[in-house]
Amino acid sequence: MDFDYAPAPESRSVVDIRSSYGLFVNGEFVDGGGKAFKTINPATEEVLAEVAEADAADVDRAVKAARRAYSRVWSRMSGAERGKYLFRIARIIQERAREIAVLESIDNGKPIKESRDVDIPTAAAHFFYYAGWADKLEHAGYGPDPQPLGVAGQVIPWNFPFLMLAWKIAPALATGNTVVLKPAETTPLTALLFAEICQQADLPPGVVNIVTGAGATGQALVAHEDVDKVAFTGSTDVGRAIAKAVAGSTKKVTLELGGKAANIVFDDAPIDQAVEGIVNGIFFNQGHVCCAGSRLLVQESVAEDVLERLKRRMGTLRVGDPLDKNTDVGAINSAEQLAKIRELSEVGEAEGAGRWSPPCELPDHGFWFPPTVFTGVTQAHRIAREEIFGPVLSVLTFRTPKEAVEKANNTPYGLSAGIWSDKGSRTLWMAGQLRAGVVWSNTFNKFDPASPFGGFKESGYGREGGRHGLEGYLR
Amino acid sequence: MTSTDASLRRFLHGLPGVDQVGVEQRAAGLGTRSIKTSAKDFAIDLAIGMVDLTTLEGSDTPGKVRALAAKAMRPDPADPTCPPVAAVCVYPDMVPFVKEALSRSGGSSGVRIASVATAFPSGRAARDVKLADVEDAVDAGADEIDMVIDRGAFLSGRYLQVYEEIVAVRQACGSAHLKVIFETGELQTYDNVRRASWLAMLAGGHFIKTSTGKVQPAATLPVTLVMLEAVRDFRDVTGQMVGVKPAGGIRSSKDAIKYLVTVNEIAGPDWLHPDWFRFGASTLLNDLLMQRTKMTTGRYSGPDYFTLD
Repeated sequence: MDFDYAPAPESRSVVDIRSSYGLFVNGEFVDGGGKAFKTINPATEEVLAEVAEADAADVDRAVKAARRAYSRVWSRMSGAERGKYLFRIARIIQERAREIAVLESIDNGKPIKESRDVDIPTAAAHFFYYAGWADKLEHAGYGPDPQPLGVAGQVIPWNFPFLMLAWKIAPALATGNTVVLKPAETTPLTALLFAEICQQADLPPGVVNIVTGAGATGQALVAHEDVDKVAFTGSTDVGRAIAKAVAGSTKKVTLELGGKAANIVFDDAPIDQAVEGIVNGIFFNQGHVCCAGSRLLVQESVAEDVLERLKRRMGTLRVGDPLDKNTDVGAINSAEQLAKIRELSEVGEAEGAGRWSPPCELPDHGFWFPPTVFTGVTQAHRIAREEIFGPVLSVLTFRTPKEAVEKANNTPYGLSAGIWSDKGSRTLWMAGQLRAGVVWSNTFNKFDPASPFGGFKESGYGREGGRHGLEGYLR
Repeated sequence: MTSTDASLRRFLHGLPGVDQVGVEQRAAGLGTRSIKTSAKDFAIDLAIGMVDLTTLEGSDTPGKVRALAAKAMRPDPADPTCPPVAAVCVYPDMVPFVKEALSRSGGSSGVRIASVATAFPSGRAARDVKLADVEDAVDAGADEIDMVIDRGAFLSGRYLQVYEEIVAVRQACGSAHLKVIFETGELQTYDNVRRASWLAMLAGGHFIKTSTGKVQPAATLPVTLVMLEAVRDFRDVTGQMVGVKPAGGIRSSKDAIKYLVTVNEIAGPDWLHPDWFRFGASTLLNDLLMQRTKMTTGRYSGPDYFTLD
C-alpha cells in the first residue's frame, strides 16, 4: 500500500518581505552607495527583494558608527547590562522563530524542518549562552580583567545565514565589542530581519551594523584600518586572501574555513544508526556544511552491507519544496554552487568512481541536485580531496584502525570527523589520532553553544562557541 | 545456530548493536512528519483496520466482551464506510463469547479473535500449563495467540529455553497465528529488543509484539522502530515476512500516525497492512473515530457521540 504524504506547506504569511532593503548603520536603515542587487528564492528562482550594496564609503560609515558606539556606550556598559540586551535578543529570536525560519528557508533553500528545528533554536541558544558569560568574563580564564578589542568586522557564509550570524555576533557583544557584519550576497534577508530585532530590543545604535554586498564589500570591511578584529567563515580561498590582507596589521583574526571530513564506520558499529549518521552527515542542509561528513571511510568487511542500507535509506529522502514540512533535502543555494557540484560530480565519474542517486523527481525551476553517492573512490580521486559543498558522498574503504587514521588525516583540511564503533577504548584512541577540530562519536553534526568549534590546518584557526569562543574577542 | 545456548548467544550477540541516542533521535525525527488531508484520511482508515481491540481485565465479563465485539465490527454505527478493526483481543476464557458475538452477525465482518495465553502477563508457569492455556484458547476458536516470552530466562541468558518455548507454543497453535510478546519494558535495552526479535522470528513467530500493556513503559516509538528494522532485515535474509504489533500506551491518532510513518519509512510499505502491522489498544479507537468524523465533517464532535464500551 502506498502511503503518499500530501503536501504540508508551512505558511509564508508570517513573513513580510519588502521590495527593497537598505543597509543597517547606526541603528537605522540607510541607502547604499553601490549598485543594488537581487536576492532570489533558489527553489523557484523568484526574485525576493532588491538589496543595497555597501561601497567603501558605506563600510567606513558603518565602522565609524561601530567605533562611536564602542567608545561611548558599549565598552563602558557593565557586563550585566550587556547581558540583559543579549537575553532580550535571545527571547525575541524565540518569539519570532517561525518568521525567521520561514524567511531563512525562502532565501536559502534549506528545508523548513531544519531551519525550524536546528538553525533558529540553536541561534537563540547561542545568544542565551553568551548572555550568561557577559558578566563573568573575569572567570573565563583569560586573565583577571579581560578587555574587548573594539570593532569586529565579520563576514559570514550563505549555508547557515542566521546561525552563523549568531555565532559571530553573540560572543562579540558579550565581550563588549561592537560589530559590522556582512552577510552573504545570496542570503542577506535574515540578517536584515536581525537588524529589526536589534531595533526591537532597543540595542544602542551602532552596536550592530549590517552591510550587504558581495566580495568587494567584504574586502573593504576586513581591510578597514579601524577594524580591530576580523572573523570570517567561508571558503579556504577567501580565508587565505583575508589572512594576506590583514597580515602585518594589529588585527586579531579567526577563520573558519572548508572541510573534507571523514566519517569512519568500523565493523562493530551500530550499523543502522551509523547509516543515519552518514545521511545526516552529508545530506543535512544539502551538504552545504563545512563540517559535512563528505568522505565515508567504511571498514571493508561491512562495506557492502553499509552501502546497501545507505542506498535504501537514501531512497526515502524527500527532495523538494523547502517550505514543505516533510522535505528532507531542499534546493542548492545558487546557480553558481550548483554548477560547481555538477562539475566535480562529472569529474568523479570521469575518474572512474561509480555514481548512484535514488530515483527522485526534481522540480522544473530552481537549483536542484539529487542526493548522490560515489563508490570505489580512492584517495587519488579529486572528489575525495576537494570540498564539493553539496549532497555528494564519496565512499572509501579501510582495513585497520591505523589505515583509517592515515586516510582520515590525509587531507589539507581538518575541521571535523566522525567515528562509529561500539568499542569505547578504540574511539578514544582514534579521537586522539585524528587531526580535526571536532570528533563526533556515534553521532554527527551535533552542535551546542557550550562546545567549541574550529579547525586544524587549512580549515582555519580560532575557536567559536563555548568558553573558547570568548578568546578571539578579548585581550 | 539454534541447537545450544552458546550458539544462540553467539548469533544474537553478534547482531549489530543499537545506539540508544541515535535510535531515539531517528524516532523523534520520524515523529515530525506532517500528515495532512488525503494522507491523514488514508492513515486513519488504515489505523482503524489495524486495531486489535483489547480488554484484558480481571473484571471482564461475557457482556463486556460482547459489547467490544459489536464495536469491533462496526466501530462507527453512524457511518457504514468506516472499516472494522482487525481483531478483538481477550483472555482465553472470554474467547467463546467473542466467537458467539461475531458469528451472530453472520461472521462476515472479517474481525478475528485474538487471545492472550501462556500465563499472561507474567509468563511465570510451567511449560505444560502454558501449552494447555494455548490449546484452550485455540479450541475455543481463537485465530491468533498472543504469547509472552519468559523474560527471566531471556535476561539470564537462557536463550535456548525461550526459543524452545516459542517453538512449542507455535506447534500448539496449529493454524492459529502466533504473536510473541517481549514485554520490552522489562527487557529495557534496545540491544535486548533486537535480540528478542531475532530469537522470536527464528522460532517461527508470525508477529513480534512489544508489550502486555501491564508494564510501564509499554510500546514506544523507538522500540517499535528497532523491531521494524529486525523484520525488514529478517526478510532480506530469509524472504519471510513477520508482523509487528506495538501494544499499550498508544492512545491518540497523532501517535498512531507516527507509528504508520515509521512502518512506511523503516520496514517499507509492504508492512502497511493489518496482516503485518497491528495496534494493541483500547482507547485509541475512539480517538481515531473522532478524527475520522472531523475529517469528513470538518467539525469535532464531543466524546458522547462515540460509543464507550
